[in-house]
Amino acid sequence: MSELVIPYRTEPHPVTGVTSGKLGIWLFLASEVMLFGALFSSYVLLRVGVLQEHWPLGVEAGLNVPIGTFNTIVLITSSITMVMAWASLKMDNVGAYKKYFAATIALGLLFLVIKGFEYGDKFSHHIFPATGWPGAGDPSPFYGLYFTFTGLHALHVALGILVNLWLLIWGTALFKTDPECFTGRIEIAGLYWHFVDLVWIFLFPVLYLL
Amino acid sequence: MNESELAHFKQHLRVYLAVFIALAVLTVVTVAISYLDLPTGYAITVAMVVATVKAFLVAGYFMHLVTEQKVIHWLLALSAAFLVFLFVLPLVTELGNGPLWTG
Repeated sequence: MSELVIPYRTEPHPVTGVTSGKLGIWLFLASEVMLFGALFSSYVLLRVGVLQEHWPLGVEAGLNVPIGTFNTIVLITSSITMVMAWASLKMDNVGAYKKYFAATIALGLLFLVIKGFEYGDKFSHHIFPATGWPGAGDPSPFYGLYFTFTGLHALHVALGILVNLWLLIWGTALFKTDPECFTGRIEIAGLYWHFVDLVWIFLFPVLYLL
Repeated sequence: MNESELAHFKQHLRVYLAVFIALAVLTVVTVAISYLDLPTGYAITVAMVVATVKAFLVAGYFMHLVTEQKVIHWLLALSAAFLVFLFVLPLVTELGNGPLWTG
């Protein structure tokens, strides 16, 4: 029986110039653009559909800007550790890769823990997706958007952490036998991780600052 | 990777660090601007310009789009076109219908 070989795993496809994995992740990310895009589009529609004075600033609705800023820095830092993990593999330094990749996972977890505390604080003030906030007049879609946006984003962070954990604990062995293939996998995991960071770059000002 | 390739690659690391510093500074800038209490229209414009610059830095350098193959650029251009459609279509259908909801 001949061995099954998956084509264009490490060598670029002659037509596209990229590996199948890379084309795949970018197609997936393009679909993610539409998923988050639909939410941002809903936000714009709901916001322009109301008089300006009825739309709260994040601060007025009870969001904590310093905590949100800190969490933004946490996610940005996890992006540089992610790219450094990949660069370490490119330079054949598995030890450095493991440290940077573990740091990326830890920072992702820290982001989720902080987000969890923020959610807990909202729930303790009886703020839920379908409610307003203390001092608000009529119900507003603000917290419906906040929880949908941040919940979907947190789900993406959580899934990224799981995949990265798998790659770190069980996947790394592949580097010994097929370094190019494994480095490609870390690059692909990185593309997803940076995309999740990129979504937060827009989410943070939209929800907390404007 | 041979010696000269390694030396060349190490220049990328400096770029990554510079991008990281730029992202952190721009985060502080966007928060600082929000404390200026600019009129809503200006505040939204400035914040979205800063966020777009940050997004280009992440996509361009961390996601290597500056050196990526054309097929990925075209894929993203198509995705961007659909995104614009996604934003414009609901707005156009709602134009002139009055407030969607009252606060």
